[in-house]
Amino acid sequence: MFGKMLLRVLTRQKKKSLLIVLTVALGVSLATSMLNVMFDVGDKVNQELKAYGANLNIVPKGASFVSDMYQIDDNNQATPSQFIQEDELVKIKMIFWAYNIVDFAPYLSVTANIDDKPVKIVGTWFDKHLIIPTGDEIDTGMLAMKSWWQIDGSKMVDDNLHGAMMGETLAKKLNLKIGDEFTIVAPKTQQIITLTVNNIFHSGGIEDSEIYVSLPIAQKLADKVGLVERIEVSALTTPENELARRAAQDPNSLSRNEWDVWYCTAYISSIAYQLEEVMPSVRVKAIMQVAESEGAILQKTQLLMILLTILSLVCSALAISNLVTANVIERSAEIGLLKALGASNSAVAMLIICEILIIGFIGGVIGYFIGVGFAQIIGYTVFGSTIEPKILIIPLVGLMVLFITLLGSVPALRMMIFLKPIDVLHGR
Amino acid sequence: MNILEVNNVSKNYGSLYALADINMTVGDGKWLSIMGPSGSGKSTLMNIIGCMDKPTSGSVILDGQDITQLSLTDLTVIRRDKIGLIFQQFHLVPYLTALENVMLAQYYHSMVDEKEALNALERVGLHARAKHLPRQLSGGEQQRVCIARALINYPKLILADEPTGNLDEANESLVMNLLHQLHQEGSSIIVVTHSPEVAKHAETTVVLEHGKIAQIIDNLK
Repeated sequence: MFGKMLLRVLTRQKKKSLLIVLTVALGVSLATSMLNVMFDVGDKVNQELKAYGANLNIVPKGASFVSDMYQIDDNNQATPSQFIQEDELVKIKMIFWAYNIVDFAPYLSVTANIDDKPVKIVGTWFDKHLIIPTGDEIDTGMLAMKSWWQIDGSKMVDDNLHGAMMGETLAKKLNLKIGDEFTIVAPKTQQIITLTVNNIFHSGGIEDSEIYVSLPIAQKLADKVGLVERIEVSALTTPENELARRAAQDPNSLSRNEWDVWYCTAYISSIAYQLEEVMPSVRVKAIMQVAESEGAILQKTQLLMILLTILSLVCSALAISNLVTANVIERSAEIGLLKALGASNSAVAMLIICEILIIGFIGGVIGYFIGVGFAQIIGYTVFGSTIEPKILIIPLVGLMVLFITLLGSVPALRMMIFLKPIDVLHGR
Repeated sequence: MNILEVNNVSKNYGSLYALADINMTVGDGKWLSIMGPSGSGKSTLMNIIGCMDKPTSGSVILDGQDITQLSLTDLTVIRRDKIGLIFQQFHLVPYLTALENVMLAQYYHSMVDEKEALNALERVGLHARAKHLPRQLSGGEQQRVCIARALINYPKLILADEPTGNLDEANESLVMNLLHQLHQEGSSIIVVTHSPEVAKHAETTVVLEHGKIAQIIDNLK
C-alpha cells in the first residue's frame, strides 16, 4: 500500500517532481564539478606552478654552508666530497615518489675569462634523454625548469659541445650576437675553448650575466669530469601541513603511524628524505618559499571550491525547502485525512521523506553526470586538460543529496507535524 | 452500557465559548443526531468526540476510556481503532482508486486485505466501481466509498459529519439507508447535521444552540 501510494504521488505530480529533480540536479551538478575539480586541482595547480622552477635543491653533504650562502666559487679548492657523481642522477627517478619528480637538472659552475674578464660559466643538462635502470626513459633538463626564460635562437641541445646560451646582459657587454664566436680560458686549468653563441636569453636575474653550456664543457673547464656541484629538482608535492613541518625539522620526532602517513604522502620533506635515502652523499634542501606558495595557492583554490560547493548545496536546500513546503500546503487536506484515518506523524513523514528521497536520487544521478561534464569544461577552459572523475565523489554526492533533500524537507515536515485534521477536513 | 459519555464538556477559544457544559450519553448500538444551525458548536463537539480536538474542561468517556486525558498520539490510535469517520466533503485520496481508498484505512489500522475491502464496497453497492478514481465517481458514490472506508475496521462508533450535505435527494436516501443497515447490524452512530430530515432517522436528537444543549428529542416517541 505504501509503495502504491508513493508511486501514485510521484506519477500524479510530474511537474512538481520535475522541478525538484531539476533543483537537486543543479545543486548536485555544481557540487560534483567543484569537488571533481577540487580533488584534481592539486595536480593541475602543481603542474602550473612548476613553471616557477625547482622546489628542491640537492647539494653534496660536504659543501660548505658559506659557499652555499654567499655563492663563493671555490671549486678548484674543493675536495671530491663537495661534488655529486653525475651517474648518481638517475637515482632521483628511482624513489617511491619517482612519478612526482617532474624535472631535474645538474649544475657545475666555473669561472673563466673572456677577453681577460671573469665570467661565470655554468654547465648543465638542457634537455637530456635518460634511460633509468627501471627501464623508464625520460627527457629532463634546465630548459623545462626555466620555462619563464625568454630565449632567442634555436633550441640548445646537450650534444652541442660548441654552442652556448649567453645571458642578455653579458651579450650586450661583450657585444656578441647569435652566431658570434668567443673564446674562454679557464685560468686554473688553462683550458681554452672556442664556443658559438647559440642563444641569448633573458631570465630577469643574475643568470643574465652568465653563460650556460653543456655539462661536459664545464666539467672539462673545471677539470671535474663526471661531477656536478648541485641539482635542481622540480617535484609535484602535497601542500605542507603541521605533520610535514614537524617531519621536516626532525623525522624521528614522529610516531610510527605519523611517520607512515608522512612517508607515504608527497610532502616536499618526505620526497627530500627519500632522495637522501637513495643518495646518501647528498643533502636535499627544500626551497620552502616555492613549496609554501604552492601549498597556499592550492589551499586557497580548494577553499574557494569548498565554499562554492557549500553555497550551491545551501541554495539547492532552500529551493527544495520552498518546493516541498508548497507541496505539503497543497496536499494539506490529504495529509489531514491520513492523520484522521489514524496515520501517525512518523508514517506521514515517512511518505513525504521517501517521495523527496526518490526525487532527490533521480536529481542526484542526473546532476552527477552533468557535474562531471561541467568539470571537463572547467578542466579544458582553465587547465587545458581533462579532469579525471573521482570514484570518491559518488558516495559524497549521495550524502549531499541525502543532506540537501532532508534539510530542505525539514520546514515541510515541521508543518506536517503541526497540521491538525480539523484544520483541513472541515474546509476551514 | 454506553459507548459514549460526555460530561460537562466546555470548549472555549479565549473569551469565546464554542461549547458550554454539554452532557449527553450514547448507548451501545444507538443512533444519535446532533443538530443545530451554523455556529451552534456541533462540529466542535464532533471533533472532540472524534478525538481530533480536546475540550477545555469536562470529560469524554469513549468505550470506557477518558479520551480527554490522552496525548495527541494516543488520540490518533483511539481514532484509528474505535471510530469510523464520514465527512461532508467525502475526503477521498484523489490519486487512489475506490478500493485503495478503503484499503488505506486498513493499512493504517492493521493489515491490508483486498478481499475484505471489496466486500465493503459491495456492501455499499460499488463493487463494479472499485477500480475507479474519485474523480470518476459521482458525489453519492464518493460518499458511499467514504462509508465503506469508515466501516472497514469494524469501529465501535461511526461518526458522520453532514453525510448528506453535498448530495441530491436520491443519493441522500441511499446513504441514509446504508446508515440504517449499519445501525440494524448493531453499529453505534452519531450523525452531525443541520437537517431535521436527516436528524429524525436517529433514535435521539440533541439540538445545540449557541454551544449549549437546547433540546433533546426522542425520535421514537
